[in-house]
Amino acid sequence: MTKLTYIAHDGTRFDVEAENGSTVMENAIRNAVPGIEAECGGACACATCHVYVDEAWTAEVGEPEAMEEDMLDFAYDVRPNSRLSCQIKVRDALDGLVVRVPERQG
Amino acid sequence: MSNTIKTDVLIVGAGPVGLFAVFELGLLDMKCHLIDILDRPGGQCAELYPEKPIYDIPGWPTISAQGLVDKLIEQIHPFKPEFTFNRMVSSLQKLDDGSFRVATDEGELFEAKVVVIAAGGGSFQPKRPPIPGIEAYEGKSVFYSVRRMEEFRGHDLVIVGGGDSALDWTLNLQPIAKSVTLVHRRPEFRAAPDSVNKMYALQEMKQLKFLVGQVSGLAGTDGQLSSATIKGGPDGDVEVPCTRMLPFFGLTMKLGPIAEWGLNLNENLIPVDTEKFQTSIPGIFAVGDINWYPGKLKLILSGFHEVALMAQAAKRIISPGERIVFQYTTSSTSLQKKLGVHD
Repeated sequence: MTKLTYIAHDGTRFDVEAENGSTVMENAIRNAVPGIEAECGGACACATCHVYVDEAWTAEVGEPEAMEEDMLDFAYDVRPNSRLSCQIKVRDALDGLVVRVPERQG
Repeated sequence: MSNTIKTDVLIVGAGPVGLFAVFELGLLDMKCHLIDILDRPGGQCAELYPEKPIYDIPGWPTISAQGLVDKLIEQIHPFKPEFTFNRMVSSLQKLDDGSFRVATDEGELFEAKVVVIAAGGGSFQPKRPPIPGIEAYEGKSVFYSVRRMEEFRGHDLVIVGGGDSALDWTLNLQPIAKSVTLVHRRPEFRAAPDSVNKMYALQEMKQLKFLVGQVSGLAGTDGQLSSATIKGGPDGDVEVPCTRMLPFFGLTMKLGPIAEWGLNLNENLIPVDTEKFQTSIPGIFAVGDINWYPGKLKLILSGFHEVALMAQAAKRIISPGERIVFQYTTSSTSLQKKLGVHD
């Protein structure tokens, strides 16, 4: 199991145990992290699971692919560390990952 | 009121569940008319993820979302459903004879004894960009679509977005606008490369401006825009004087005017019973992702089950007193006749 931390917009921390191979979005929904909507259910088709990856983790998490960049055009307040959480797969190297939830989704 | 369209069942939403409702209602001899805000059938399957595979349609180990829509269209073809696209339902009125009169946002009128809401996540509507205070300008100087190009003639125009809508309107309105500034958060575009090249060529000739960044604020009075602030670009915050803005941020789903129909609602979902899938108003049913009942799963296959039961209840409203004989398509010659497969 890999440890993930979500920080909601109001500052509330959610520490969760995630299975490798699942997505950061799925674990947010499973643990009822507020502010992650995932309207399309993880098809990279809606930009409502937008998160900010903690600066310490951006290199390890990596850059979005072209399709995800396209979807990020529709997200709210996009920053250099913006990602769609449905496109980040949990793996050992992400143990301890911290992501922040934006003020709102779209 | 001359052109009222009369039908047995009016279906709001032409997604997979609305389409299959035509089949189940058709087997019981009810005629359907579907209204959808999109320009084609398929709902989310066609609009959000046409190429994505679906793995939980019984009998189809894998099928693309568009493939499923195509198969459903083929399956309901014998029942000759009618479609009205690019329209949103607006008002609903109960008539003295027990039927419902439904109007669209363009003023068409429909009358039906049964209304089936198969609206999924709601109607697709343009997404409002994250710009503080933008509401005050909407419909006056900020528009989400171009109805008449003339409304932009002679204006300093800012277009926001990187898809085909943004690029197409940049190219189409550039000849008649006083100035055009295209704003997109990055130098890569989703739009067709040809349009992007044309845009860059016009920029070379100083016929328009392209700025990388995001619109962070608007200034103006009484809904009349005077300038927009662009942040995040290489030159820091830039103020662009403008009198019209066209943001293209894709579509989002909203319940829309159905919320005003007097139905009981539960957080934008419509509670129904699990025998008939009827709403709090007899004669109005809700099926698929838009409804709610204990244990509800938002699956296409749940919606298919729901329409089969709903059709039985709808038949009792449309043909009261008539005995409904339960039949299988495999063995019933009368059902096969309706499907056009009986020789």
